[in-house]
Amino acid sequence: MSGHVTLPDEQLAEQSSPGGVGVAVPSRGRVVARRFFGSWGGRAGFALLAVMFLAAFAGPLVYPWGYTDKDFTAFLTPPSPSHWFGTLQTGADVFAVTMRGMQKSLVVGLLAALVSTALAAIVGAFAGYFLGWTDRVLMWVADLLLVLPAFLILAVMSPLFAAGQWPLFVVMLALFLWMVTSKVVRGMTLSLKEREFILAARFMGVSPTRIVFRHVIPNLSSLLVVDATLNVSAAILTETGLSYFGFGIQPPDVSLGTLIADGSKTATYAPWTFWFAAGLLIVTVLAVNLIGDALRDAFDPSARRAR
Amino acid sequence: MAGFLARRLINYVALIVVATSLAYMLAASALDPRSNYEARRPPPPPAVVDARLDELNLNNKTPVFQRYLRWSWSVLHGDFGKTTVGDPVNADLARRAGVTLRLILVGLIVGSVAGVLGGALAAVWQYGWFDRLTTAASFLVLAVPTVVLANMLIIGAVWFNDLVGAQIFLVSGETTPGLEGGFLRGAADRAQHLLLPTLSLSLGLIAVYSRYQRNMMLDVLGADFVRTARAKGLRRSTALTKHALRTALIPAVTYFAFTFGALIVGTTFTEKIFGWHGLGEQLINSIFTNDVNTVAAISCLAAFGVLVAALASDLMQAALDPRVRVG
Amino acid sequence: MSDPTHPGAPVLEVADLSVTFGSGPSAVRAVRGLNYEVRPGEVLGIVGESGSGKSVASMAVMGLLPPHARVSGSVKLLGTELLGASDKRLAAFRGRTISMVFQDPLSALTPVYRVGDQIAEALTVHQDLTRAEARKRAVELLDLVGIPHPAERATAFPHEFSGGMRQRAVIAMAIANDPDVIICDEPTTALDVTIQAQVLDVLRKAQRETGAAIVMITHDLGVVAGFVDRVLVMYAGRPVEIGSVDEVYYHPLMPYTMGLLGSVPRLDQGERGRLTPIDGNPPSPAALPPGCPFEPRCRLAVPECRLAEPPLRPVRHSRHLAACIRAGEIERGVVTTVPKLPEIPEEGEERPPRESRRVVLGVEDLVKHYPLTRGAVFKRRVGTVEAVAGVSFDLREGETLGLVGESGCGKTTTLMEILKLARPQGGRVVVLGRDISGLVAADRMSVRRDMQVVFQDPMSSLDPRMTVYDILAEPLRAHRVREPGPRVRDLLRLVGLEPEHAARYPQDFSGGQRQRIGIARALALEPRLVVLDEPVSALDVSIQAGVINLLEELKARLGLSYLFVAHDLSVVRHIADRVAVMYLGRIAEVGQVDRVYDTPMHPYTQALLSAVPLPDPVVERARRRILLEGDLPSPADPPSGCRFRTRCPLYKAIGETERLRCVHEEPRVRPMGGDHGAACHYAESLDVV
Repeated sequence: MSGHVTLPDEQLAEQSSPGGVGVAVPSRGRVVARRFFGSWGGRAGFALLAVMFLAAFAGPLVYPWGYTDKDFTAFLTPPSPSHWFGTLQTGADVFAVTMRGMQKSLVVGLLAALVSTALAAIVGAFAGYFLGWTDRVLMWVADLLLVLPAFLILAVMSPLFAAGQWPLFVVMLALFLWMVTSKVVRGMTLSLKEREFILAARFMGVSPTRIVFRHVIPNLSSLLVVDATLNVSAAILTETGLSYFGFGIQPPDVSLGTLIADGSKTATYAPWTFWFAAGLLIVTVLAVNLIGDALRDAFDPSARRAR
Repeated sequence: MAGFLARRLINYVALIVVATSLAYMLAASALDPRSNYEARRPPPPPAVVDARLDELNLNNKTPVFQRYLRWSWSVLHGDFGKTTVGDPVNADLARRAGVTLRLILVGLIVGSVAGVLGGALAAVWQYGWFDRLTTAASFLVLAVPTVVLANMLIIGAVWFNDLVGAQIFLVSGETTPGLEGGFLRGAADRAQHLLLPTLSLSLGLIAVYSRYQRNMMLDVLGADFVRTARAKGLRRSTALTKHALRTALIPAVTYFAFTFGALIVGTTFTEKIFGWHGLGEQLINSIFTNDVNTVAAISCLAAFGVLVAALASDLMQAALDPRVRVG
Repeated sequence: MSDPTHPGAPVLEVADLSVTFGSGPSAVRAVRGLNYEVRPGEVLGIVGESGSGKSVASMAVMGLLPPHARVSGSVKLLGTELLGASDKRLAAFRGRTISMVFQDPLSALTPVYRVGDQIAEALTVHQDLTRAEARKRAVELLDLVGIPHPAERATAFPHEFSGGMRQRAVIAMAIANDPDVIICDEPTTALDVTIQAQVLDVLRKAQRETGAAIVMITHDLGVVAGFVDRVLVMYAGRPVEIGSVDEVYYHPLMPYTMGLLGSVPRLDQGERGRLTPIDGNPPSPAALPPGCPFEPRCRLAVPECRLAEPPLRPVRHSRHLAACIRAGEIERGVVTTVPKLPEIPEEGEERPPRESRRVVLGVEDLVKHYPLTRGAVFKRRVGTVEAVAGVSFDLREGETLGLVGESGCGKTTTLMEILKLARPQGGRVVVLGRDISGLVAADRMSVRRDMQVVFQDPMSSLDPRMTVYDILAEPLRAHRVREPGPRVRDLLRLVGLEPEHAARYPQDFSGGQRQRIGIARALALEPRLVVLDEPVSALDVSIQAGVINLLEELKARLGLSYLFVAHDLSVVRHIADRVAVMYLGRIAEVGQVDRVYDTPMHPYTQALLSAVPLPDPVVERARRRILLEGDLPSPADPPSGCRFRTRCPLYKAIGETERLRCVHEEPRVRPMGGDHGAACHYAESLDVV
């Protein structure tokens, strides 16, 4: 959000100069933040996600067991003070591997959502603004990717993701997430294009590319922020599905998906191997969805609350 | 009209061809059928392996493009080639398609009907207990990945069966093999098998649809035409069902095309976890067995399915909305 | 308070009606104590600007407000209390005893059902009719409200109806069960003026047929003048004046009413002078000032006004009430609101004659066609819309040319074609001596610098994500002006805003202020020609007057030329030097404003001018309107020969042989003396205003 509320340098100069008196008007960013934190869902989602982040990244620093360590004195033991979430059949500590898995899931989800939303914004806005052949080509590519079974393609490519190649996995994940959003962005660009402030910029002589980046995309920012949030959960869910079947994050690395897959086999007699990973995953996705929903309301208060 | 339809069909065919070709190229270069033979003890002589792979058009020593040409030529004649063990892909997939179709259809109908109804009711009673309950439930369901949901259902079913001491929920396969008894017994058995997979497939769909339908319904609740309907003397409930819900169904139908892709993925997980021998299960198996031809064939079917869904949603939209019909 | 003209017990009595949205400190009191009653056959007008609570009040009477609105007071229909009644009970009254016509006909009908079925539904809800009987009656009703080929049109869907036809269908629905009261909420606001005249005529006819009382809610003082018996003026959720229409118009007692009447440009008054705007903006219903809510804007305010809100009380006699502590003084003529406004600096005196002035904008035989497609899912091309079919006019230095016409006449398309600066499909556009079809990129930028635009909607013409500073600096940056800061400050002062406003966002401004920002942006590059697309039509009258004054002042001070596109003929008469009337992609008549308005030659101009209601009850009642039949023909399939002949009253009056010429020969604009011209074979002057 901050990109739209910061003032250009010259304007700051203008405001601090003796001639121009800065008037304290709540900026849009601050209004949205106030509405966001004013809602129950926004507060709960933000708090949950913050706790998840803290646990995933700070937890391993203070916890005695590493995710590769094996405790050969404890195989498949229930939670205890020495192993908070119990141990696996291999003697690995469930808390350590779960936090490691959460790190991966969070990072993969956030990055994939960022990349896919940026892609969606640019493709959709250009297709909608320029129309003609630009539009036809871009939208055909989007259709093609919609028609390709994403899960299968990612699964087929899984050997490429082995051995620390997870950034490639993120890019591929993002490549299959942007299409629907880009179509929405295109549709909104079409109607935005008829709006008078865009026409005014055009008739002033502002260049088309500049109009897209300065007027079109900023005015879709609420949609894009909400969409990016929801893409985080979509990416995490896809990653889990792929890793569950062994097509995502590859050993020795772990993700929540691989942990859930392993845990589901022992779930009936050793519930801690399944439920901690599954529960934390659910809480994470729930938190992200709550944030997305609260953001949507915060950006567009007329949508629901006012009625 | 005819010209328009023809252009759209040509575009669809082009999309299927490009998508399937891409999937073939990718699978042919990334998967390694040779490893299936190398893993055998004792490993067969290389010449035998090469001959077998050549026969199946799976030899990675042949350039990908050459394999692609041979494959596409046979596809043009309606033959998707052979699996790694030499069975025809066509026959195998035809058998499995029925299983998947049954699962998808039931899941889709249950999911969309329950979702649309739940969403519409939630909107009408906005901020009432039903709305709060369905909102909370759908948030929870949307946070649970299908793989976790399916496993949770299985764990719950096993626990329940143990509790009552009877096999109420059956968690593996489509039917119990070698079941005795009449038609009724068979139907009950099928229903017992169907219950959990349908639930695992449609719960997510219900959640998505109810959220979407709730928003669509809220948009039309305040619409001028609903007000007009009430101003002419219709009771609120009548105006809402006859005028608001009917109009709010139109966008839900367009949304259908977008959910179809997700449904395919959901089916894949559900079949694999509940042991249904459908296309989804084969998709995952085929990647493990490096079965290039099956992967390409399933891609083709998936692309076809998505486009059929898109066309169906367009047709349904035209049926529901006089504004988009050709006048 | 018995009314001699409309005897009988009141059919609708509203007493102390209040509507509140929300609660606590953020509660919005939209209506704060409304009282009125209507008797059988009486027409009551409720006038007010946007936000005055007039529409909310009518929805409260119908019981159609959303559940979170808190309504108190009393609404009695034929003696029965409606407030607090169950939905079932109210539904029995709605549509049968009391019915309603809404503002926006485009969204008032359910898009998925046939029009005839929707009208039949209104009948079957209340009467025991078979489907066939209801359908038959629906067709009769469509015929009654003047829809041609009613049996055929009854099977059409709403999107196949024009706005005027949809509004007729809504009226048909409202009168279907012979109600006692019809509430009309801005029934003609969304319609063109000739269609407005038709719909008002239908409403009058409907009233005659049903004998119903009508509550007419509108912001248009002209519509009220000719249509109603009594008028109630609302401000900030309260009635501030109520009386017979003649008394309120000729002897207003409340300064707000006086201000409203003074700020309306008049179609029948040619003299140049400044309008008298009401200062400031209407108060937000969430933050009302203490005392009289009009006090901050009132020219007659005295310190006592701030003490308490004045009650509505009889002034002249028991039926003329006003809520002003100085109403007595106003009545006796002791005080008056007429302010002393500085005259606009005269420009006409030493101005050279028109012929010797430079042509700033020349348009010759401009043509713009675009494909007509049908269907959203199965799109296909079904024809060609001839949006602009050979339009010619010129605009000289220091002049304002008004381009008027109803929606669909091609005025906006003409304007867009000029602004695009691309080679037109046909004809020539010359801006400041340069033909736009031959421009290279650098030339195009320099033409853009000289020609700027102000748009209609102040909500959408400013990017909501940019500060006012960025908005005003954008044209300067696009044309590589260094250091836009000082210029932005000057611009804000020029349009009557403070330089401190630069740091704010458009959402912090009222509609009138936003339009001033839009004007400032257009002036940033010191253009010579400003194109104005309906610049005041989205504003309330009291605000509109201020913006019109600003435009006139800027033109005189900066020596600008204006191309002023508008549908409001009164505004154009006020601001323009010359006027061009468009019909279906062509110019029907063009000339000096006073000549065209006083002696219109083209039958379309005559009908158009006669359709504009005047805010003057006596004049308005005496006027004869030329009612045009039907709707605008589709621009995809215009009539042969003269495009207006299908609706032309003159065409009907002439003989068969003369008609042949209209059918086969396209009339060109021919001179009618001076630079006055009309595109009619048989043009003759007629006094219509």
